[in-house]
Amino acid sequence: MTSGLVVVVLAFGYLALLFLIAAWGDRRAALGRSLIGSPTVYALSIAVYCTAWTFYGSVGRAAQFGPSFLLIYLGPTLAMLMAPFVIGKMVRIASAQRITSIADFISARYGKSSSLGALVALIALVGITPYIALQLKAITVSHAVLVNYPQAADLPLADERFWSDRSFWVALVLAVFIILFGTRHLDASERHEGMVAAIAFESLVKLVAFLAVGVFTVLVLFNGPADLFAQVGERAELTRLLSLEAVPGGALGWVGMLALAFLAFFTLPRQFQVLVVENVDERHIKRAGWLFPLYLLVINLFVIPIALAGLLLGGGDSDSFVLTLPLSAGLEALPLLVFIGGLSAATGMMIVETIALSTMVSNQLVMPLLLRSNRLHLSTRGELAGWLLGIRRVSILLILLLGYLYHALIGETYSLVTIGLVSFAAASQFAPALLIGLYWRGARRRGAALGMSAGFLVWAWTLLIPGFAQSGWLDPGFLAQGPWGIDWLRPYALFGLEGWDIYTHSLLWSLVANVGLLVGVSLFTRPSALEQTQAALFTEAMPPGLVPTSLWQGQTTRGELRALLDRYLGEATSRRVFAHPAGEADETEDDDQPASAALSLRAEQALAGSLGSASARVLIDSVARGEAPDLESILRILDTTSETLEMNRRLEQKSSELARASEELRAANERLRELDRLKDEFVAMVSHELRTPLTSIRAFAEILRDNQALPDEKREHFLDVVVRESQRLSRLIEEILDLARLESGRLTLDPKRLDLVALTRQSVDAVQRLQEDRGVTLEVEITPETAWVIGDADRLEQVTINLLDNAGKFAADDDPRVLLRLARHKKHYRLAVEDNGPGIAEGERERVFEKFHQIQHQESGETRGRPRGSGLGLPISRGIVAHLGGRLWIEEASRLGGACLVMELPEAPAEAPSLGKEAGKEAGEEADETPESKPGGRPDGA
Amino acid sequence: MNAPRRKERLVALIVLAALLFSPPLVLIAAPSADGISRLVPYVFLAWGAVIGLMAWLMERRDED
Repeated sequence: MTSGLVVVVLAFGYLALLFLIAAWGDRRAALGRSLIGSPTVYALSIAVYCTAWTFYGSVGRAAQFGPSFLLIYLGPTLAMLMAPFVIGKMVRIASAQRITSIADFISARYGKSSSLGALVALIALVGITPYIALQLKAITVSHAVLVNYPQAADLPLADERFWSDRSFWVALVLAVFIILFGTRHLDASERHEGMVAAIAFESLVKLVAFLAVGVFTVLVLFNGPADLFAQVGERAELTRLLSLEAVPGGALGWVGMLALAFLAFFTLPRQFQVLVVENVDERHIKRAGWLFPLYLLVINLFVIPIALAGLLLGGGDSDSFVLTLPLSAGLEALPLLVFIGGLSAATGMMIVETIALSTMVSNQLVMPLLLRSNRLHLSTRGELAGWLLGIRRVSILLILLLGYLYHALIGETYSLVTIGLVSFAAASQFAPALLIGLYWRGARRRGAALGMSAGFLVWAWTLLIPGFAQSGWLDPGFLAQGPWGIDWLRPYALFGLEGWDIYTHSLLWSLVANVGLLVGVSLFTRPSALEQTQAALFTEAMPPGLVPTSLWQGQTTRGELRALLDRYLGEATSRRVFAHPAGEADETEDDDQPASAALSLRAEQALAGSLGSASARVLIDSVARGEAPDLESILRILDTTSETLEMNRRLEQKSSELARASEELRAANERLRELDRLKDEFVAMVSHELRTPLTSIRAFAEILRDNQALPDEKREHFLDVVVRESQRLSRLIEEILDLARLESGRLTLDPKRLDLVALTRQSVDAVQRLQEDRGVTLEVEITPETAWVIGDADRLEQVTINLLDNAGKFAADDDPRVLLRLARHKKHYRLAVEDNGPGIAEGERERVFEKFHQIQHQESGETRGRPRGSGLGLPISRGIVAHLGGRLWIEEASRLGGACLVMELPEAPAEAPSLGKEAGKEAGEEADETPESKPGGRPDGA
Repeated sequence: MNAPRRKERLVALIVLAALLFSPPLVLIAAPSADGISRLVPYVFLAWGAVIGLMAWLMERRDED
């Protein structure tokens, strides 16, 4: 039980402290040593998100719906992760365009439309003012709890005179505070430094107060968390609170609430105010990106313990557990601290929200009306700056009084108690226009206006009006039966969608209507020129800075512009605007000269900072003479330019494609020439090769014809030569024919299952003598017992002999050695023939397989005295091996150091299938399967 | 490669957080054998992890 006087003194003392802090902050700002130019203060000011509804209501919500309260803070955590992208972009745009509020932002995005701005302001006013009332109610109730404990706190407000209600006076003091610190500058886009400092301070106070209760509850009322949860574990109705069952709507309700809090975090006017308008440095967002979520986590840490403790220790109103727990323990100071914490949560929210709303009301609702009615234009040179501030101050007062009125008249009703999430849902209606407009250039004003209106109507029907009915102001019958008995119009089950929790349900339908209309209508409307420019600027499709200056062609004089600024912003501001950049040398001082584009833009921005962009545009247009700047044609030029750029890009692409193609052609041409050269060489080679044996045959034949008297011995020798040369000739012709057949694909092979081991031995036997004659040492290493492959025996023998022959030719001159190895390698058989010759350079290896390649090669090798080949052996061998599904290549010889030619053939599949096929064939065929059988013999007939 | 790399990491973190905070994983975390749901400790742990990653990502210098 605390005396009422102490509480009152403490509360107003606390408010006085806020005044001091704010005044100090403003002074420091004026001295140029800002208190708040730190990312931590920025993060703390964002914590204005945690209102009295968090401070008292989270515990109440946890006591009723379990963990669902956490979603209201997980949503903003997700949002803050995206802050470097989304908020950063909004901050850049807002500072470039001198945006004053979310209504101004949306209005500016859609072509500085004053009607759209007014719509946003109206929705905010309807949706958010009751939320302010809720804060006042929290102050009244917490005060009553504190003073009346242990009696029941809820005395009906109607019994009290308003002047004895503390919250009335709190509201008045706050009005003074906000008027003093929130409307210091005419320029609403400038930071309210003192106010932000006070808000950051309040965020600290509420955090400390809440943590104090939490620690007290867990450590003093209970013996630590383990004790608390052990006691909870014995009560089934309490453990249920910790599970997902307690969340309204289950998993679906979970997602809905997460989305709701996520969207509302961007679009609640007070959040937009602290996140975007009051941001001085975009880099602060980085720190706030994790510090603010951390704040949320910490302030929520003790919510569940407090709720459970309150329920364990006897209950009462769960919304007041934060106060009643320390009160029940007989403490004096802690409840006061809690009360101050709640007060700071409530006042922080009211201050920022009221500034945001009053800026919207004055700039989006009142000023456009006054401008339209021409009343302001009639009044002559008098400064109208005072008017603007006056309007804003009056609206501050009105908004707070309206909040108080709500609280006093309907404070106990269902509508007010649930307004927290209801106003979240209202604010979410700005999200499509805001977020989609930020990234999709095609979003149009009409789509945004229709979408937002439809979303608002659905919201009203599914949340606001049912709330009225539940408060008893309407017959609640339509909730169950639908209006006029129309079943599918039931507010909580629209179109028959039943079983959802009301917030997810409302969010779904309102966003479907909102986004659907925004996208649908935007796709079928043409934008005005200004809207097109703004859309491009907001979506960053155009480089900033370039367009605004070049789009505005001054058609007014400097004098008129100066008069306009004098009238609305005061002479000091207008002097600043006119004096602004030192670099612009061409600016004249003559008031009769037309105003430059840059000057007009500066003037419009200065006006926008105070009046909002829509009104600023109206005013500038009012002094612009004749046609407004021909934005249409400029945009057309821009469009043409971008088309040209696009064409240019495509041309570049084409030309690079062409370059590539011609490069390929060149390469192909070179290859063709090379082939042509090879063909010529081939023909030359063939003629040469054919002529050499022919010449010697003819020579010896002539000798034999002309010298009948030759000794028999000599004659024998000459005939031998003739025979050998004829053989060589026919071999050469055979090879050329083979090559021709290979190249034309007419080579007929007779692939059969055969044993490569046997075949290899046979080939070795065939060349052994010859090699010995040449002095070549031939070693053979055959690892497998058998090596079944599919091949043409004659041809494979030809290849093997060719390889051995080749190796013999290229082996070293002294002690020539050749090594043949046959081994199995991964389902293949490899036959490698090595020599100890000079080897073949890496780059030369593939060329060896070209026809007659060795012609050039051999010119130096001619001296070796060993028979030379035609240069056709390897190409033919490779062709044959390739036909049989194998490969033939050259590598470094691993043992002898020269070249190593490797032939690889796939292992033949198991013989079972082919056995079945030949079952009916003649006997004796099984001989083919044995290694001894002659490979060239008659294998199976597959 | 500093700025784009951080952007990519931040996008990955956003996706991770969205996954951690939404039903499939939340439903898996929710039930428990001894009668007390593990939902709340799970949420706080996931939340703290996300904040920690974000702090690491935002506060490290742009060198890499």
